[in-house]
Amino acid sequence: MLHLNQIFKVFNEGTPDEKIALHELTLQLNPGDFVTVIGSNGAGKSTLMNIISGKMITDLGTVYIDGKNVTSVQEHNRARLVGRVFQDPMAGTAPTMTIEENLAIAYSRIKTRGLRIGVTKKRRDYFKTKLESLHLGLENRLEAKVGLLSGGERQALSLLMATFTDPKILLLDEHTAALDPSRAELITNLTREIVQKNKLTTLMVTHNMQQALDLGNKLIMMDKGQVIFKANEADKKQLTVEKLLEEFQRIRGEKMNSDRAVLI
Amino acid sequence: MFNAIFGSFEAGAIYALMALGVYLSFRILDFPDMTVDGSFVTGASIAAVLIVGGMNPFLATIAAILAGFIAGCVTGLLHTKGKINPLLSGILMMIALYSINLRIMGKSNVPLLQEETIFTKLTNFWQSLKIDDAINGLMQMLGMGDSVPKTWGILVVMLLLAYIVKKGLDFFLKTDIGLAIRATGDNETMIRSFSADTDMLKIVGLGLSNAVVAFSGALVAQYSGFSDVGMGIGMIVIGLASVIIGEAVFGAKKIVRATLAVIGGSILYRLIVTMALRVDFLETGDMKLITAIIVIFALILPKINSSRKEKQRKKKRMTQSLDKEQAIKA
Repeated sequence: MLHLNQIFKVFNEGTPDEKIALHELTLQLNPGDFVTVIGSNGAGKSTLMNIISGKMITDLGTVYIDGKNVTSVQEHNRARLVGRVFQDPMAGTAPTMTIEENLAIAYSRIKTRGLRIGVTKKRRDYFKTKLESLHLGLENRLEAKVGLLSGGERQALSLLMATFTDPKILLLDEHTAALDPSRAELITNLTREIVQKNKLTTLMVTHNMQQALDLGNKLIMMDKGQVIFKANEADKKQLTVEKLLEEFQRIRGEKMNSDRAVLI
Repeated sequence: MFNAIFGSFEAGAIYALMALGVYLSFRILDFPDMTVDGSFVTGASIAAVLIVGGMNPFLATIAAILAGFIAGCVTGLLHTKGKINPLLSGILMMIALYSINLRIMGKSNVPLLQEETIFTKLTNFWQSLKIDDAINGLMQMLGMGDSVPKTWGILVVMLLLAYIVKKGLDFFLKTDIGLAIRATGDNETMIRSFSADTDMLKIVGLGLSNAVVAFSGALVAQYSGFSDVGMGIGMIVIGLASVIIGEAVFGAKKIVRATLAVIGGSILYRLIVTMALRVDFLETGDMKLITAIIVIFALILPKINSSRKEKQRKKKRMTQSLDKEQAIKA
């Protein structure tokens, strides 16, 4: 479903600040895969997300989504295939617009936008049933401005919106990191539920190792722009946080340098 | 007095269209678009030149609207494709349009006296309805016979027109494209992740905004009987004044409310200026200064108000907690 071939991305090339963000990274996701990505700060996780979503264009290498070569397809065109949830709960929704208007925008992601009314009665009913699956009571607040919702509610809405039209790839970029523990758990559970129900091919970046182990069927560890460790379905079931850290030390011979990385 | 107020209503209604255009760029797209100063005159001069050339005034007005649309699109292109800062791309376009407007007119002023305009046509039609006589008769009965206006037609037609444009804007902002344009002004990252071409949306949005502004310009030229290259100076500030005053007075919770508020704001602005000009030591030339002061006040007052309320709340809480302490001690 997603195939990254020999991706190479460098920032500030030719200056003293030159930094190779991704170094010939190759990654393959099969339909229905839910891969969690861990790694220290600066490992290239965010760059990886940006390359897949089209926010950044790779220097070398090719990106295939659903069998199509999308390497140089612009971000907004690629967005028909890729759903995204950001770390910042404010980033995934439009605050001055109502819940139903936000959902209408998500709904028309795979359509050509025209001069049809965005929130029709039929669509509103559909939005309601979808919102009910979040169990947050948002279905009764369709005309509330999204800016009035709490961070957790906004992130839940973002998640629903990103998965509204069954994207080929779902990218979750530390989408629970900015929430308090109970809200983060709520979003984690919703993520599991939604991904399972819609059989979405998902790539999730997280700093929370326990979350990386709990969610998904595969796991990769990144460092210095490369995938340094892969765990398939069978391996992942055996993994613990301690084993992951040991694995990292064995490969890199140094203690994982990010203090956030050891947060359970 | 009545005539002054009546005049303000009439002018407010005509300029309300311009204010609606400014609302679209300034509030919806979050783009302070200075192009308005130029595109307003472009609308006026194209309409004037075509009417003098013998074209039907309705067609001439449509041509003016199209020209405004193109001007707005160019500003949008400068900003999105040329990556020029919003304010600067508007200013550049405004300056460029000044010369273009001179070229269109061939001189700095085109008079429209004796020409057939939308207003002469509409007034003829209006007079055949005999409504003026009815209203004026009523006013005479009320003892206001001295100050009857020449015709109510322009005011009624302009209010109707502003209302139609408002309705159209309300509808447009509810469509799929309209929602995407609103989201572009609200959260660009988000709308791009939902497969919207934000560059395109901004270009179209600015085009529409300036189309409405040019429409207003074309009408103002026909109403006042001339097009002048300087008539657009400060237009953006007048538009902002109308938007801000309207929102402050009539509220802006929903789009339908906000667009109505903008029309109200435009009329209120004219009333304020008319009142201000009646003060002895102020002259017509002070109008721009008055406008600037109105906008500054309208921008600052709500903030002062809310911070004062905040202080009052704090004070209240302080006294409440003090009361509690004393109660506990007692």
